[in-house]
Amino acid sequence: MNPAVTHSQAKSDPGLRRDDGPRRDDGPRRDDGVHADAAASAVRLHDAAKTYRTGDVEVPALRGITLDIPYHRFSMVVGASGSGKSTLLNLIGCIDAPTRGTVEVCGVNVGALEDDALADFRAKNIGFIFQTFSLVPVLSAYENVEYPLVLVGMREAERRERTNEVLEAVGLRAHAHRRPNELSGGQRQRVAIARALVKAPQVVLADEPTANLDSETGASIIELMKRVQAQSRTTFVFATHDPQLMSHADETFLIRDGRLVEQRHERSAP
Amino acid sequence: MNLLFKTALRNISRNARRSLMTGSAVAAGAAAMMLFGGFVAYIFAGLETSNVQRIGHLSVFRSGYFLFGSGNPAAYGIDDYKRVMDLVTNDPVIKPLANVVTPTQSLLGIAGNFSGGNQASKTFLGVGLVPSARDRMRLWDERKTGQVFKADGRLADGDETRGIVGVGLARILGLCGPLKVANCPAVTSPSADAGPDAKPRADLADLAQLEGGGTGASKDVHPHLELLAATAGGAPNVVSLSVAGAEPQGVRELDDNFIAMHLALAQQLVYGRGEHKVTAIVLQLHRSEDLPVVRARLQHLIAQNHLDLEVRDFGELAPFYVQVKAMFGTIFIFISLVMGVIVLFAVVNTMTMNVLERTNEIGTIRAMGVRRSGVRRQFILEGALIGAIGATVGAILALVVAALVNHAGLTWVPPGNSAPTPFRVDVVDHVGLVLGTWLSLTLIAMAAALLPANRAARLSVVDALRHV
Repeated sequence: MNPAVTHSQAKSDPGLRRDDGPRRDDGPRRDDGVHADAAASAVRLHDAAKTYRTGDVEVPALRGITLDIPYHRFSMVVGASGSGKSTLLNLIGCIDAPTRGTVEVCGVNVGALEDDALADFRAKNIGFIFQTFSLVPVLSAYENVEYPLVLVGMREAERRERTNEVLEAVGLRAHAHRRPNELSGGQRQRVAIARALVKAPQVVLADEPTANLDSETGASIIELMKRVQAQSRTTFVFATHDPQLMSHADETFLIRDGRLVEQRHERSAP
Repeated sequence: MNLLFKTALRNISRNARRSLMTGSAVAAGAAAMMLFGGFVAYIFAGLETSNVQRIGHLSVFRSGYFLFGSGNPAAYGIDDYKRVMDLVTNDPVIKPLANVVTPTQSLLGIAGNFSGGNQASKTFLGVGLVPSARDRMRLWDERKTGQVFKADGRLADGDETRGIVGVGLARILGLCGPLKVANCPAVTSPSADAGPDAKPRADLADLAQLEGGGTGASKDVHPHLELLAATAGGAPNVVSLSVAGAEPQGVRELDDNFIAMHLALAQQLVYGRGEHKVTAIVLQLHRSEDLPVVRARLQHLIAQNHLDLEVRDFGELAPFYVQVKAMFGTIFIFISLVMGVIVLFAVVNTMTMNVLERTNEIGTIRAMGVRRSGVRRQFILEGALIGAIGATVGAILALVVAALVNHAGLTWVPPGNSAPTPFRVDVVDHVGLVLGTWLSLTLIAMAAALLPANRAARLSVVDALRHV
């Protein structure tokens, strides 16, 4: 797959158009403004903590996590329910902010970004795969996959080529014009994967991506993501309970009660 | 198609029943506003037409007449009015814009019917006019209302003795029988003793005999009235009027007092053997929109020629027109406000439900990188589309209903009118009304979506994604 997303010349929906993302002042850059330094981490958390408040009650979800997730790896965040896996993914995905500590994604301290800049950063650099697929129900499979490319302002012809290419890769070219409710669970998750990958993001975050699938479909989805990761060298970060998925991990981070209790290096980078 | 637009349209059709209910409210509001607006527009056109046919667009009076002269029109006659007429009719600016330029004479007096044993008399408000000019004025119908009156020959330039009266005056003076006026009862005297009225009637009859007119003076088939008025010099004067017909005048006070006659007869009554003047020079224009131009030009001519004259338009001379227009305008605004509020609440309710149901979707697209403004725009567009679709359906509905009403041949008697006129709803001719209503309701629907759209935009991404 072509990892580059060209957006500078594109005409897109003005309501969804974004500005250029944040840039650092030094070091090598991709054209989307983030570092592609192989030595740097895709994700770096330093003493990141998150506490939720319900009325007068404070509930700590993360209690100060420091970790590095290298580029181009298949990393798993594992732990029991309520251990803080999803909160950790939310911080990495820049859809939540830590109450303490810092979060760097692709070399950018995302805590320093304003809301619009953060949205633009997500649009360019981060793909999401949700447990419940979360496809836009009124859009076809093709349109759901195309959506992120509209957000980055890609030209229509290029979008069409790229969308078809990714749908072909996930085996859904023939179902491109079906709406989500006309697809099976496995097919919907394939659409979600295609949507997450179509813009060739630096990081893909997947929260329990196989939880709503039977084991056979789950296995095929894992195989698909593994294959895509091998081709695109995108950094995948999963939150999962699924032993089948965990067996494919390059790195595993074990979270318990909001703390990182173990980090295992399962295999070297390909 | 633009993704934002496509998503909005599909979300509207996805919640078909809800969108249908809201769209129906918008459509009903739009249709009601357009139909009422069309009806009001027709009333305005009808009132304007009847006034312009009767008193023209502009009248030139001697200064002071408008404020003080109606009690004594003879004292406010325009000197050398033929010169003023020439000035107006030959003016290069006014000439192409004017349809009719004609003099009129207002007068007050007493009318008596002493023929066939009648002893009835009554004060009257009279107007002397040029019959052919009156006929041309009554054909004016710029607004295409259909309220035109073809010349019936009852007043003619060649017969200075003829006139017409209001149906009320005909009834009071016992002319219903001779004039064959429908639904007009014959005079019934309260008693044989006519009381204090008896003497003036006899005096008037005697005076008519002295002046050489009087009962039975003409071989005319029409009944006659003796008209008594004070001349400009203060002397009593009497003429005989051949009553060619009776016409209802709409307003009872006018109907009971109205007499229209040939200008020459009116001048003879008011000015006797003195200089014949007129009360007003009336201008009827081809198009009402030229009124300000012609008015300004008249004022310029008056100032340039040092004439002691003033100009008044039909709105000043017929304040009823302005009052009715203001009243219907206020009712239209009130109805529009009610419809606007209904549309506002319907759209707010629908869009709030939409936001609630699509909270997870909002979280998803925000996570994908849609800005808050993008979410806001999405919902505002959906509200605007519901408004636009509803208003379009409403406009079509209004056009169909208006066409049906206009072809049904209904009639009614508008305020101030004496005869039934077609009941019409002018929607199709008022593009401004249709577009204005469409645009206002679409904007209201858009504004109504703003609140739910802001709520959607402010949602926390994480909370939205957790929403079930």
